[in-house]
Amino acid sequence: MSESVVVVGAGVIGTAVAWRCAQRGLSVTLLDPAPERGAWHAAAGMLAPITELHYTETPLLHLNLDSLTRYPSFAAELSEEAGQPVGFRECGTVVVAWDGADLAALQDLHAFGARLGVESSLVTGRELRALEPALAAGLPGGLLAPGDHQVDPRLLHAALLEAGRRRGVTYVPSGASVVGDASRVTGVRTDDGTVISAAHVVIAAGCWSGAISGVPAAAVAAVRPVKGQTLRLRLPGEPVLRHVLRGAVKGTPIYLVPREDGQIVVGASSEEAGYDVQPRAGAVYELLRDAQSLLPELSEAVLEDVSTGLRPGSPDNAPLVGASGVAGLIHATGHFRNGILLTPVTADGIASLVATGELPDVLQPFAPTRFSPAEVPA
Amino acid sequence: MDDVFSIAGVELASRLILGTGGAPSLHVIDETLAASGTSMCTVAMRRVDPTTSGTILDVIDRHGVRILPNTAGCRTAREAVRTAQLAREALETDWVKLEVVADERTLLPDPIELLDAAESLVAQGFQVLPYTNDDPVLARRLQQAGCVAVMPLGSPIGTGLGISNPHNIEMIVAEASVPVILDAGIGTASDAALAMELGCDAVLLASAVTRAQDPVAMAEAMALAVRAGRLARTSGRIPKRFHAQASSPTEGMAVL
Repeated sequence: MSESVVVVGAGVIGTAVAWRCAQRGLSVTLLDPAPERGAWHAAAGMLAPITELHYTETPLLHLNLDSLTRYPSFAAELSEEAGQPVGFRECGTVVVAWDGADLAALQDLHAFGARLGVESSLVTGRELRALEPALAAGLPGGLLAPGDHQVDPRLLHAALLEAGRRRGVTYVPSGASVVGDASRVTGVRTDDGTVISAAHVVIAAGCWSGAISGVPAAAVAAVRPVKGQTLRLRLPGEPVLRHVLRGAVKGTPIYLVPREDGQIVVGASSEEAGYDVQPRAGAVYELLRDAQSLLPELSEAVLEDVSTGLRPGSPDNAPLVGASGVAGLIHATGHFRNGILLTPVTADGIASLVATGELPDVLQPFAPTRFSPAEVPA
Repeated sequence: MDDVFSIAGVELASRLILGTGGAPSLHVIDETLAASGTSMCTVAMRRVDPTTSGTILDVIDRHGVRILPNTAGCRTAREAVRTAQLAREALETDWVKLEVVADERTLLPDPIELLDAAESLVAQGFQVLPYTNDDPVLARRLQQAGCVAVMPLGSPIGTGLGISNPHNIEMIVAEASVPVILDAGIGTASDAALAMELGCDAVLLASAVTRAQDPVAMAEAMALAVRAGRLARTSGRIPKRFHAQASSPTEGMAVL
């Protein structure tokens, strides 16, 4: 009999881990009471290690870059196995500055990135208009990152569920509590009391990962919910944007992600609001205000959707991937802003860990056990 | 010699007060708190959920640093008073950094709403630390209303323009009967040192540290600057002279 794996959480990370494990011939059960609650549902799907670079997060850059290189084959293989598209677009990303101070900040960040060897180039205001003619007039300049792309998380998630199903993943629409003791986890218990035994339990429950009952205290994941809101708009006629568009408007980050079908995803707020997922008027207003200041035509768009998701934030903004410190329990969570981007490397890494006991080197710095007990939610 | 800093009878070991807005991660806040040696940290009540664990409040608590809730984002006295009440319930502290801004473009304090809110909160038993314009008359009125400190801006929030009207700060200091805390506008260490040299009792800053490329190192720089500025203020600086005055005496020199 093949070795068994239970994956708790059917967001993009959980479904991808389940699919990759099933591909390796493992017997996989996937549990989630409500997969659409996942952060993926609101996520824009930017695959942007370069324009998502932060001064204090250089270890994450290398992981993000690694996962991006996996995307073309990951997307192609997934699309083939699921028989449906995933919306992967190699469109590049343009970052625009709103005023001189935003441009100065962008120039500093560009210099920092250049020292780390990432590929991007500064562009003038006129060059910006040539790249994206629909941009507001008079923007002082920006940056072109030709390697930062996008995927459609809603298509991606549907394809991952379907590919898993075709590979024999058993999906159970239920919550889960972990079964075992302080030294070993042996399976999970579903909401109706059924116990599913497994050699490996993978926690991929996003921001809820730290709140799953039965997890030994020493192995509780250090994650918290960080609310994010995104909007989906549509302009009639030809697509107005060629690239993913990002910017800082008077210091506040904003992005516009153009889908193949003409939809534009605008995001995102970042709010420490607990598990609340109600849309907040001020966040919608600020997103529309800043998006329109970069792309004036947006005022005529149809507002199709307001989505709210809860990112799984970790203390250092980097994911928790690998052994939890308790035998039989593995974490694949805490991906914060980069869950969609980090899906391939996480799924490949966890499948490798489960099947061979080896976690790829690139994931070694992101051990779930790197935080002090004080940093883990009580 | 003891150089004690206290607000409303509570001694604070550090004259540097930190804000957390704009910090890149909880981990960075953690290290920043340690590097700054601060003993009080202000948190926007509108931007944190006190009932969730693993948030910034836990990080601050762990350092034994006093939490000063603030009313950032409020535009009317009514909103600010309500936010302060929620903070008192959630965090069990009477202290509040009162912030009522006029508009999002300047984020300048609205003096009329501010005074209204201050009077109302003092009447409800709060220890009020108002973020105010660098207006000596408004600072006086806030003290008359019963505020336990006044917190004039150096320049608008997040601009990093430093102290744009040092003379006003000196005037506020000269007649203050409560601690004066320079709040907002600090860009780099020399701005913080200047605030202390002008006679401020403490400095509150956020963006200058949280949005710096290396926030932890900048936090240490600010701690040193505040300490240096305070020592300079209390050490009796030399007068400014037009002509040079040699530091070594010329009398009694050997004739060679």
